[in-house]
Amino acid sequence: MSTTTVAEAPARAERPAYKVTTTRVVRAEWAKFWSLRSSWITLGVALVFVLAFGLIRDWRYTVMMNAGHVHDPEVLGANAVGLSLFGLNFGQLAVGVLGVLVTAGEYSTGMIRSTLAAVPRRLPVLWSKALIFGVVAFLLGVVAAFTAFGIGTGILSGSKAALGFGDAGVLRALIMAGAYLALIGVCGVALGSLLRSVAGGIAVLLGTLLLVPGLMELFPTSWQNNVSQYLPDHAGDSMYALHQDVHTLSATAGLLVLAGWTAVALAGAAYRLKRSDA
Amino acid sequence: MIVAQQLTKRYGEKTAVDRLDFTVRPGTVTGFLGPNGAGKSTTMRMIVGLDAPSSGSVTVNGRRYAEHGAPLQEVGALLEAKSIHPGRSAFNHLNSLALTHGIPRRRVEEVIELTGLQSVARRRAGAFSLGMGQRLGIAAALLGDPATVMLDEPVNGLDPEGVLWIRNLLTGLAAEGRTVFVSSHLMSEMALTADHLIVVGRGRLLADTTVKDLIRQSGGDTVKVASSDPARLRELLAGPGVEITGRSGSEELEVTGLAARTIGLKAAEHSIALFELSTKGVSLEQAFMELTRDDVEYHGSTTVPTAELAGSAA
Repeated sequence: MSTTTVAEAPARAERPAYKVTTTRVVRAEWAKFWSLRSSWITLGVALVFVLAFGLIRDWRYTVMMNAGHVHDPEVLGANAVGLSLFGLNFGQLAVGVLGVLVTAGEYSTGMIRSTLAAVPRRLPVLWSKALIFGVVAFLLGVVAAFTAFGIGTGILSGSKAALGFGDAGVLRALIMAGAYLALIGVCGVALGSLLRSVAGGIAVLLGTLLLVPGLMELFPTSWQNNVSQYLPDHAGDSMYALHQDVHTLSATAGLLVLAGWTAVALAGAAYRLKRSDA
Repeated sequence: MIVAQQLTKRYGEKTAVDRLDFTVRPGTVTGFLGPNGAGKSTTMRMIVGLDAPSSGSVTVNGRRYAEHGAPLQEVGALLEAKSIHPGRSAFNHLNSLALTHGIPRRRVEEVIELTGLQSVARRRAGAFSLGMGQRLGIAAALLGDPATVMLDEPVNGLDPEGVLWIRNLLTGLAAEGRTVFVSSHLMSEMALTADHLIVVGRGRLLADTTVKDLIRQSGGDTVKVASSDPARLRELLAGPGVEITGRSGSEELEVTGLAARTIGLKAAEHSIALFELSTKGVSLEQAFMELTRDDVEYHGSTTVPTAELAGSAA
């Protein structure tokens, strides 16, 4: 150091000791998440989707039952959990898209340069984003599932499908609904970070959730039965289903399979984040 | 202190930064100068670890940037102006960066005040003008009270008042003993603020020098003299620190180290008739263009100014 440093800057001797820690990165990412209006709006949309579509399904069930369509496949074997959580199919889209925005949004805006300049080790940023969004999506999912089911019991009371919170497997299913949204959300975070593009991330996520299950129907039935259950969408469905069919996974197996898909996506995201230029 | 050693960045066939060696020292403003596409921004991105060098290395205060426990305290960087999320307010942007380091809220308020953003700090940064965005970028760079401040084209898009503010800020930071590294493609701007210059063209180091030396190297104080007896005049003018060149058979001499006035008086004293006596005034701008003429990536089709320069320098 030159002499001017010492002579002209006495104040700089008492510089505060800052340090980047993982806890601090989590706090920073938490503040970043809630300081964007899009986070609040999309979470609100997800909540509305889960509640609205679930309750419409409940209502439709009672209408069909009252009209005497007891043998309609739509009402046959239906239960309050399946009906009230129908909205998860739509809520997952909002949650997944928000997950993509959490990471890919930083690339499309240029924010990533500021983020990575502050945390040049990079990986803590990805882990923090995944953790925060996973927790947020889990809480949203649990709140939405309990609310939808709670209101649903009122609508369905007296019908064949009626269930209460105390019935076997109901609480597990409602909590699994939260876990399902959490994993889909983290998948979104990972895809956004991996592809670095909002459009690309959303396309791959929605394609996987909506199109791939449809494509499976083109294959022979034996394939469908053996492979289809391991797709993210179907594995997720079995997580919060009250009863399992022959060709669906158990709730725990579904959780593990979807967690596995999420882990693969996160590993890919981590590899690209660490290895390639920002 | 920034030290680059054989720093290289290749993108496929193209070499953006080619074996750069330089040192940026504390206590002065160092200008990083080069035409567009010379590799200045890539070099700066490698300094803060956004891009990894293809080979070679660059360290900040003795270590790679990513190895520091509190990187924002080592280097505060303004890269491209819009390194923000447009939906976040200026305050929230700065605060989220501060939280990663445990920098107190007080310091966030301080840099907002320092950059004059108080009145807009709670507004969405996406609605900021270019100048406001630039100020926000500088606020972020100063957040960690960094020992090294690195700014990529900071005066771009600023109004005259903003330009003046940046100049004073830079010289102030250097006076506090910090390392100040500023890139620009405008020599005239650098001439006003920088003491030291690192000039690059097509990724290669062209000069690592001071502003004064650069002018001297480019023949800034050369006097052209045409006389009736160049051989005799050459003898008369010769002395320590004086350099004289001239082709035999020509009546012209080029003299460095003597003022035109001295040469004129000497010639009159010895009755040598002078036909021409002129100082070749080279501005810093011309010195820069001279230096980078062969390394400009894209030449405009109207090359008149460059051609004139080449003519006067030849």
